[in-house]
Amino acid sequence: MATKIKARAKGDVTEILVLVQHPMETGTRKDKKTKKAIPAHFIQTLNFAVNGKSVADVSMGTGVSKNPLVGIRVKGAKSGDKIKVSWKDNKGETGGADSAIK
Amino acid sequence: MKRRTFLKGTVASSALAVAAGAGLLKSGQVLAADWSADAFNAKDLASATKSAVGGEGTASGDIKIKAPLQAENGAVVPVKVETSLADVKSIAIMVAKNPTPLATKVDFTGDSVGFYSTRVKMGQTSDILAYVNSGGKILKASAMVKVTVGGCGG
Repeated sequence: MATKIKARAKGDVTEILVLVQHPMETGTRKDKKTKKAIPAHFIQTLNFAVNGKSVADVSMGTGVSKNPLVGIRVKGAKSGDKIKVSWKDNKGETGGADSAIK
Repeated sequence: MKRRTFLKGTVASSALAVAAGAGLLKSGQVLAADWSADAFNAKDLASATKSAVGGEGTASGDIKIKAPLQAENGAVVPVKVETSLADVKSIAIMVAKNPTPLATKVDFTGDSVGFYSTRVKMGQTSDILAYVNSGGKILKASAMVKVTVGGCGG
């Protein structure tokens, strides 16, 4: 599942946007054909790190939309700084991406 | 003889229960460290707020929620929370009328600005609430979003 990062510095403040392709199944939806419940499958935690230092821990429930788009802003980061995003879902699957601030 | 088999049975099953208990505890601890099952599974706003942010919170004019007045599609409702409050430790977003109100929460561990944007699902017209922990104080704001098509059914 693809994870994309967009990070742009505007003066002292950098906005980091992350888009993760993930179904974010609630576990309450039913398959229309088989009438069986679709098991829950959603991202639980997502971590932002700048230059190897954690800056924010996001936790999510099933109330977050499919393909989550999450944004935060950090102070003091500058162009060229490394961004790392990593996530983990309720099935133990993990993902993430690396990028640099533009 | 019957008593003996009975005892054997209970010993075996209790051993199993202990093993299962230990296994459960282990996974529970892992969850508690980074993902609060209590908060995310809470069925009503009051208990979700209590376990996610630890208090009712007082209304504040320094928190701004940017969300559409009317959402055509409840499956994807963009929400932005911005605050000028100092020392923001966490921001939690709740949808009051969702089956599990807590949608997401962010804990800041670095030098962050009071800003969080995400997209949430909404089952019906409801208030969206933002809880900001500013230096240990819980402050909140809310915004009403009208939903024409719910996003939780299938």
